[in-house]
Amino acid sequence: MSALYILILVSLVVALGFLGAFIWSVRKGHFDDDYTPAIRILLDEDEK
Amino acid sequence: MQTQEPIIIEQDQEIGTCYHCGEGLTDDIINFDHHSFCCQGCSTVYEILKENDLCRYYSLDGPQGISPDQNDYKEKFDYLDLPEVSEKVLEFTDGQRGIVNWYIPKMHCSSCIWLLEQLHRLHPGIRSSVVDFPEKKARITFDQQQLKLSELARLISSIGYEPYLSLEDLEGTKPSKWNRTRLYKIGISGFAFGNIMMMSFPEYFHMGAQGADQELMNLFSIINVILSIPVFFYCASDFFTSAYGALKARHLNIDAPIALALASVYANSLYQVATSTGSGYFDSLAGAVFFMLLGRYFQDKTYAGISFDRDYKSYFPIAITVVEGTQERKIPVGDLKTGHVMRIRNEELIPADSILKSAAARINYSFVSGEAEPVGRLKNDTVYAGGKQMGPAIELEVLRPVSQGYLTQLWNNDSFTRKKEDQQQTLSARINRYFSAAVLTLAVGTFAIWALVLKDTTTAFNAFTTLLLVACPCALLLSSTFTNGNLLAIFGKNKFYPKNAHALERLASIDSIVFDKTGTITLANESEVRYQGRDLNQQEWVAIKTLARQSSHPLSRMLVKSLKDIIISKRELLDYQEVSGAGISAKYGSQLVKLGSASWVGTAESSQAANRSVVYVSIDGQTVGHFIFQSKYRPELELALQNLQADGFGTYLLSGDKPTDRPYLSGLFGKGSPLYFEQKPIDKLRFIADLQADGHRVLMLGDGLNDAGALSQSEVGIAVSDDINNFSPSCDAILEGPQLTKLPGYIRLAKAGQQIIKASFVISLLYNAIGIAFAMMGQLSPVIAAILMPISSITVVGFTTMASNIAARRCLKN
Repeated sequence: MSALYILILVSLVVALGFLGAFIWSVRKGHFDDDYTPAIRILLDEDEK
Repeated sequence: MQTQEPIIIEQDQEIGTCYHCGEGLTDDIINFDHHSFCCQGCSTVYEILKENDLCRYYSLDGPQGISPDQNDYKEKFDYLDLPEVSEKVLEFTDGQRGIVNWYIPKMHCSSCIWLLEQLHRLHPGIRSSVVDFPEKKARITFDQQQLKLSELARLISSIGYEPYLSLEDLEGTKPSKWNRTRLYKIGISGFAFGNIMMMSFPEYFHMGAQGADQELMNLFSIINVILSIPVFFYCASDFFTSAYGALKARHLNIDAPIALALASVYANSLYQVATSTGSGYFDSLAGAVFFMLLGRYFQDKTYAGISFDRDYKSYFPIAITVVEGTQERKIPVGDLKTGHVMRIRNEELIPADSILKSAAARINYSFVSGEAEPVGRLKNDTVYAGGKQMGPAIELEVLRPVSQGYLTQLWNNDSFTRKKEDQQQTLSARINRYFSAAVLTLAVGTFAIWALVLKDTTTAFNAFTTLLLVACPCALLLSSTFTNGNLLAIFGKNKFYPKNAHALERLASIDSIVFDKTGTITLANESEVRYQGRDLNQQEWVAIKTLARQSSHPLSRMLVKSLKDIIISKRELLDYQEVSGAGISAKYGSQLVKLGSASWVGTAESSQAANRSVVYVSIDGQTVGHFIFQSKYRPELELALQNLQADGFGTYLLSGDKPTDRPYLSGLFGKGSPLYFEQKPIDKLRFIADLQADGHRVLMLGDGLNDAGALSQSEVGIAVSDDINNFSPSCDAILEGPQLTKLPGYIRLAKAGQQIIKASFVISLLYNAIGIAFAMMGQLSPVIAAILMPISSITVVGFTTMASNIAARRCLKN
């Protein structure tokens, strides 16, 4: 049974990690503009 | 009087499209570098791009370029270097590096994104530029030592992307930045919802009765309590603040019963965990908060690139040229004082009431007063603010500072400060009033029966809180937020942009529609040109068009545009003359052709000249006829009016213009529709207020500053615009001009939306009835709550989305 305690805590830590990643990405502005980056990636730099 | 050298006109070439902007090629084609361009502006942009090796621009989306404004002059942006202006325009500066975030309305395709992010190749002083396409903004980082702010603006304008800078930006009333807090709240409540649900699974299956399982269950309960803390105190805080605000103002809003339900369920759950009598309803609580936040986010997502709250300030320029002796100087418009002498160039706006110091001016007031025809003014006449000078530069002496002008006084009217978003008036608020009362009565009744009759206090509390939880009006909130959110998205796809969900609800209730004339039901930049006189032969038509081509006067341009079937000649014109305010003349071969006013060509005024622009033509001294310029009505208007009247709406016309077209318009509007002309802005506002006093709910369609008062007084003010990124006065919705025919469909869809909200409310009531029945018996276990809540939410969301899509297809077809 004690294995469960560890599993639960680990799973919570992993979930918190994802929540942290989400908050970080909102803070970095990843959700401010959901259109331009999708276009930008298709426009390559000029090959000279 | 000025005489010019003989002019050689290029011959027409095969008809194609401009390599830069994709417009059809017409008269004078510029050939450059094996490509054809429609105008000098386009070929200049091409030249700049070519020099900097940026021609990939054309291979991305084809010819999508923008022709720079022909009226630009070199000093246009000099005001940006004034310290008091640049300080406000710069988003960041450390003396060396500067960042500006400019609104560029002309941005429209992926080529634009590409080019605007390659700006660093145009000038070494530009470090980087990042485009936000939905907001149509470019954030540019540049070296202030190498590049002045005015030079940066000029550089971007030279390739067609003029930044939009207005007085409003300078006064610090920038719209608030996109609110990230909501995303945090949604993320955290979603996270807590999922995890609490996981921790609650053993409870659902009645496990954890004995021994070691008991220990685990305790741990789960503790984790649930911890996870619920941020949900209740952070994510749900908006509901509490909103409910508290409403209570303080002595009324109940939709958030009040939600806040009550959340608070009592949370308290009961904590009590159950503390006394080990149960595991609480944390899962349902977190789920409800998560779904409600999601619904609000969906509903409030609006159009980032469109501004609805503009007033005269965003129409005014930031700075103005002031003449002091022989010196010209740019000063911010706010610093204009009585006695300053301003210089206004062609197409520039007159920002303050003033006295004309130049000999003559032709001022276009269409945006301010609704008059279609530019008005002439002579020296020492008073000129009111808001007009645009058409023609050569003029000088004016300021009479009153901007803030005390005639135009700005309109904004002091009460209707501009009144908020239309009344929480009490929305459909869900009205339903909620009865709903909340019914739920509270039920809850109190249930509590009383359990406590007093059956003498079971624990079950009484339990039944009371769970009843509030299942009956929590979140389904009601969800039905309106998701329906409105989906409708807003559908309207946006159909080029109709309501400001928010409140505007939609008001749109569904209107019964009278008032139209403005100039710019709303007429086309802003087009005019119907009619010729009256003796028949002209082909050669004479060619001569007239060739002559008119030489002048940049607006009437000449319209005349040329209307004669698009005539091909101009390459023959030389001799003795070309242009006299401002009179007309033009030249020798075409041996013929002397004159175009202009009656006195210029030497004839009597036509009887039809009243209130209309007329251009007379004479050939070899013989008056042959005249052209009449009429405002051109939107071709969609007739059908739209027929449909609206068939749907039972009262239609009215309120025009600031002279009643020139009354016969035509009364035919169009029909007998029952009153038409009013020569209405001042304040008259329009009062007219709407009078209609409302008679119990009508009014929709106003307008386009200019003269409609601004009426737009904000009406229940729904719709600004009609041919380019939604152009200036439009503050309004509740923006409609693209050619979509006017769809207006009846839009109103029908808004009404259907209200029906859908009611229907989905009935659906959620059915779920509620089941839940309430369980709750009243004190039998609502967490598992039933956990199943009922998401299922009812999902059914409601699914139903509203599907129903509104079907309704949209039905209302907006054709």
